[in-house]
Amino acid sequence: MNEPVIELCEVELKFPVGADWRGRPKAYAHALNGLNLRIENGETIGVVGESGCGKSTLAMILLGLVQPTNGKVMRQVESASAMQIVFQDPQSSLNTRMPIWRIITEPIFARTKRSKHQLRTKAAELAKKVGLRPEVLDRFPHEFSGGQRQRIAIARALSSDPKIIVLDEPTSALDISVQAQILNLLDDLKQQQGLTYIFISHDISVIRHMCDRVVVMYLGQIVEIGRCEAVLDNPRHPYTKLLLESVPKMQQAGDLDASLENTELPSNRNLPLGCFFQERCSLADEACSQLQTMQDGVRCNKFSK
Amino acid sequence: MPIDMSDKTILKIEDLHLNFPIYQGAVHAINGVSLYVDEGEIVGIVGESGSAKSVTAMAALRLLPKGSFRLTNGNITMLGHDILKISEAEMNSLRGNQVAMIFQEPQTALNPTKTIGKQMFKVIQLHTGKKRKEARNLALCLLQDMRINDAEEILQRYPFELSGGMRQRILIGLAFACSPRLLVADEPTTALDVTVQRQVLQLMRAKARKTSTAILFISHDLALVSQFCDRIYVMYAGSIVEEGPTKLVLSAPAHPYTQALVRALPESSTKGQRLESIPGTVPKLTIKQEACSFRERCDHAHDLCVKIPSLVMSGVKTQKAACWLLEKVR
Amino acid sequence: MSEILQEKSAKQEKPIKKRSFIDWRYLWYQLTGSPLTMVGLVVILLILILVIFAPIFATHDPNTIDLRARLASPSADHFFGTDEVGRDIYSRILFGGRLSIAVGFGVVIVAGFIGTLIGALSGLIGGWFDTITMRIMDVVLSVPSLVLIMALAAALGPSLVNAAFAIAIVRIPYYVRLSRGQALLVREMPYVAAAQTFKASRWHILRWHVIPNILSPIVVQATLDLGNTILLAAALSFIGLGAQQPTAEWGAMVATGRNYILDQWWYSGFPGFAILLTATAFNIFGDGIRDILDPKQNAH
Repeated sequence: MNEPVIELCEVELKFPVGADWRGRPKAYAHALNGLNLRIENGETIGVVGESGCGKSTLAMILLGLVQPTNGKVMRQVESASAMQIVFQDPQSSLNTRMPIWRIITEPIFARTKRSKHQLRTKAAELAKKVGLRPEVLDRFPHEFSGGQRQRIAIARALSSDPKIIVLDEPTSALDISVQAQILNLLDDLKQQQGLTYIFISHDISVIRHMCDRVVVMYLGQIVEIGRCEAVLDNPRHPYTKLLLESVPKMQQAGDLDASLENTELPSNRNLPLGCFFQERCSLADEACSQLQTMQDGVRCNKFSK
Repeated sequence: MPIDMSDKTILKIEDLHLNFPIYQGAVHAINGVSLYVDEGEIVGIVGESGSAKSVTAMAALRLLPKGSFRLTNGNITMLGHDILKISEAEMNSLRGNQVAMIFQEPQTALNPTKTIGKQMFKVIQLHTGKKRKEARNLALCLLQDMRINDAEEILQRYPFELSGGMRQRILIGLAFACSPRLLVADEPTTALDVTVQRQVLQLMRAKARKTSTAILFISHDLALVSQFCDRIYVMYAGSIVEEGPTKLVLSAPAHPYTQALVRALPESSTKGQRLESIPGTVPKLTIKQEACSFRERCDHAHDLCVKIPSLVMSGVKTQKAACWLLEKVR
Repeated sequence: MSEILQEKSAKQEKPIKKRSFIDWRYLWYQLTGSPLTMVGLVVILLILILVIFAPIFATHDPNTIDLRARLASPSADHFFGTDEVGRDIYSRILFGGRLSIAVGFGVVIVAGFIGTLIGALSGLIGGWFDTITMRIMDVVLSVPSLVLIMALAAALGPSLVNAAFAIAIVRIPYYVRLSRGQALLVREMPYVAAAQTFKASRWHILRWHVIPNILSPIVVQATLDLGNTILLAAALSFIGLGAQQPTAEWGAMVATGRNYILDQWWYSGFPGFAILLTATAFNIFGDGIRDILDPKQNAH
């Protein structure tokens, strides 16, 4: 087993919601509820789950943009330059008022003074790495298509020589043909530079293609974790099963006539007692009214011995 | 003025050409699109961004802002009406009573300041002329069809109190209020999670089958379309490159673009292998296409491809593709 | 990502190459599509040329007294007539315009610069800094601006510089409010979040992200403000708190000319018309620019 680069230990995060007349919060939104996660050097770890499951909040915690309410985040790398992020929407993640070479080298000149010439040389080098022609450096983001913009965002992430890159739905806003280009690029960069990826996505097929390990999140908790193939081919937790069944697959017409489940997420203001998934679970019984613990990579009493 | 056509065809678009005039020229968005939707049929339009799949649907419903576009050629016939000729009043009554629409964002389609009930009753009364009490019964009925259990209570709520999936189900229910012959759904589940998406689509399809409503379903998601639609059109850069029964088109695509698209899906490659991507980008639509629009990205391009191909039978029944390769085969 | 949005952005991709974030050619294209804005622009340019090259266009020295030609009516020699000591009104309007327009630009630049900086910082930093700044601005805004300007100008002593200073101080809160609101929007953009991941300083975010992205509404506000400021400066001079005799200044000329308004209409009439024309031209142009730079604001 490789050494860990980041370890999360019982991380909890809650946000105050509303305030009474004395400024005390009326309630808390529980974004993360006890996360334990060990990210190893050089792996690609996928994070899947539906909106509101806390996967983007997890990214913020990992990057140190948000501090956990409880629990510890242990980094084996200094966080400033060693971790970078690529966002979902390449339209809004690039400042339209900056030329490309400035955008790419922003992580450098934001912290240290460099001459224009040095920055441009570095920008040209990075542009080449992500498959952009050097002529584009003087242009502005609105002149580029979504895929090219995402390449620019990746070049920016690479410019501070990071060890870890958090990819927050990097291809969700892209077309299929472009998605393939970007995924290949990410793969190449990982091979060349020995990067560690934290790949957040709702797209199971992308996760399956890219990741070594996968984490399934539900309501701010990890419900299942394991090798990518193991989890996605033989899901054990009922939620993982539901998620995988719901993903549309090619050439399975008629699948839509299957039974209907309750799809409403419980509120994260008042967390359910016991298993978080019990209201939607077909296997729920008395044992599920107990808080579930993570055992053998799955948080469900039906599957842990 | 009903035009003579087979009763079964709900919507027919013939050789539609449409462009948007802009600063210095025009964007040639639709370049010769022909399609039809028969009664009770679920027809999909798939394509990537810029393929004009939404614009085609908007044009068919006459929802494009007046003056923003130029229609240079083509015919649109819907339920026997010539869409390009009828008056605004006729168009409105057609849109309200026979054709319904569902869009991507369930938030923007509902008025945030009124309860769900008030909005539903108003729409139902407007389109069916029912009394308030009957309208209420119909609304409850529609919500139950959409598997909304506590329908009575939902009617009292405001849109922001409901989840995205719930709002979209309400809108779909509402779309069926006037028993439309055609439902146009433009990426109706793109903003929703997969588990919710599946449920919404299941409900939509069940209801459409029950009332034999035709659906024109617009999506970028091949897998989704493969599960949902009977027949599909694949669009690229403003024209239809392939059409046919969903199963056939996606399992044995005839057009190089469809082939490449299917191969580019992560599920079509084994892990660790490189994905097959389509090199290059979509051609600039500001230049009028005189050649096959996929030519520059196509592995099979040859001399004939400098001319625009037309849709021809691929050899398999009812599957057509617009590619010169097929012409040669014949 | 909505399909329609993407198609729109594809539509906006123009064949020409741009090397600046303001597409001047596109701006010009939009301008030609809005005749009223063009009229405003042409009038502004004409006024600017006349005023900047006043020594060339003027027919007389603005301060030469010619008692033989007191209160002469408009003629070939004196286009706009003369005043009570025989000074040429046409020439005085040209030279007076220099002051009025200089005050306009000076005030807008100073108030705009300081206001934008405070507002952007306030929006970016938030917290107690924001609260205190905004409360101070609220206090300033709660007093009717003309009253406040008059009080300030009177306290500083009557002179055009002091009047300009007073106007600038009173206009600052408008820029603060505008730029703070815009900064709050920019602060939430993913590119700012990205900058935070590599520990960019607040100054960096202000300099590279906030300021460039809030500039266009501020430019619009400034253009609209130019007309108002010229009007205000003239008003202060009119009531004796601005430019003092014998300086040629539009407001002061209208004030003196008021005594002769029944018999010598041209004395106050032409300077008054100059004020009206300049203020209107800047307002029309500002309105047009706003529609061009921010079409959403005008959407029906």
